Amino acid sequence: MLALRSRILRAIRQFFDARGFLEVETPVRIAAPALELHIDAMPAGDAWLRTSPELHMKRLLAAGCERVYQLGPCFRQGERGDRHHPEFSLLEWYRTSADYLDILAETKALIAAVAEAALGRTWIKYRRTHIELMPVWEVLTVAGAFRTFAGWNPVESFDADRFDLDMVNKVEPNLPTACPVVLMDYPAAVAALARRKPEDPRVAERWELYIGGIEIANAFSELTDPAEQRARFEACAAERRALGRPVYPLDENFLAALESGLPSASGIALGVDRLVMLLADAASLDDVLPFRDA
Amino acid sequence: MYSASDLRKGLRVEIDGVPFVITDFNFVKPGKGASIYNCRLKNMITGATLTRSYRSNDTLNEPKLEERTMRYSYKDGDEYVFIDKNFEQLTVRAEVLGDNRFFLVEEIEVTILLHNDAPIGVELPTFVEKTIVETEPGARGNTATNVLKPAKIEGGYEIQVPLFINQGDVIRIDTRTGGYSDRVRTA
Repeated sequence: MLALRSRILRAIRQFFDARGFLEVETPVRIAAPALELHIDAMPAGDAWLRTSPELHMKRLLAAGCERVYQLGPCFRQGERGDRHHPEFSLLEWYRTSADYLDILAETKALIAAVAEAALGRTWIKYRRTHIELMPVWEVLTVAGAFRTFAGWNPVESFDADRFDLDMVNKVEPNLPTACPVVLMDYPAAVAALARRKPEDPRVAERWELYIGGIEIANAFSELTDPAEQRARFEACAAERRALGRPVYPLDENFLAALESGLPSASGIALGVDRLVMLLADAASLDDVLPFRDA
Repeated sequence: MYSASDLRKGLRVEIDGVPFVITDFNFVKPGKGASIYNCRLKNMITGATLTRSYRSNDTLNEPKLEERTMRYSYKDGDEYVFIDKNFEQLTVRAEVLGDNRFFLVEEIEVTILLHNDAPIGVELPTFVEKTIVETEPGARGNTATNVLKPAKIEGGYEIQVPLFINQGDVIRIDTRTGGYSDRVRTA
């Protein structure tokens, strides 16, 4: 398992190094975790542990970097299950002058390169299901997948509670598994840090990758508008306050970076432990993490 | 009171006043979405199962459950009377015992599970000894254990036993399966 993980990490670094990406390290202990409704940060003294390096990575783009990637630990409070562990390894990469479809093409190339390096082939057997990682990835819109598997369209009328519940209990279990699947164009209400689609502002340019029914990565065309970003953070802070969850300060350094001008960019976060789990045909993250919480 | 994050396999909770035990538990969370705690639960009274999804803000009540060690005393119509070491009596209805009622032996020690002070289950020792009251005569010399025939114990419970078992023999029954285990002594 350690050898497989090491091969996967090396393949990831080789992939990005060959494409002219800069490997970076950003702070793990931070003053202002990104405000998201359902992601809780772990306190670390008078600061927090990062839930993702996203905001710092985008500050690097604003500062002039064009291609950056980072591999490292992230922490999320209260997440413990077969596919969740409070400390986990996240791969994030960001590119300027790219949108979420460019990142999709790059992700496909990465998955192929990693599988080839780790296993010597581009198919896997996961929990008795044969999955061809190449060349076809099935792309479904979120609206289409919900219409088919849950019987309603969250883009036309959004219901947050029902959306999450149906996503895990009706949509995800029924996604095709013969090849990787991409769920694309999320309702604007769950845009997070994605920009709205210019030709249909009801949806955000965001996609998620599923392999074998397991969510592996989340990508955006990045929101670069500082006013809308601040408004989203403030709305999220208000919602968290109403729910009685901790509210983190706004990352003013990040917002200042957007003010100074973030070029059009796209980025992605990919769960490395889950990728190892898939390539190792392991049932749970517990089987691939060398050290884990009880 | 339990919050959703307390849920785990084996935990006992109360739903609409009925005690349930969580038999399967899974924490799931869609990308950027809310935490969902998927549970399969078994009704501790009827044994029926159901699945439920809980959210972070949901709470569940803790059932008031108590286990008491008691001895079986006597049967009174459809009711079974147990007594503890302080000579306190407890009456359990036949339907709560199910097939276990056939395996009761006087003075046998059992664990009775109570919910809100009402008995909902009786746990017996794994093995009990019972006398065969009725069975066809077995073939002499046949000690094969893989050929079975019906036999009745006191109370009319029918059990499959090897051919060599005769009326009046005392056998051991596995109360987990309700099946024959071995012969204790012959008539």
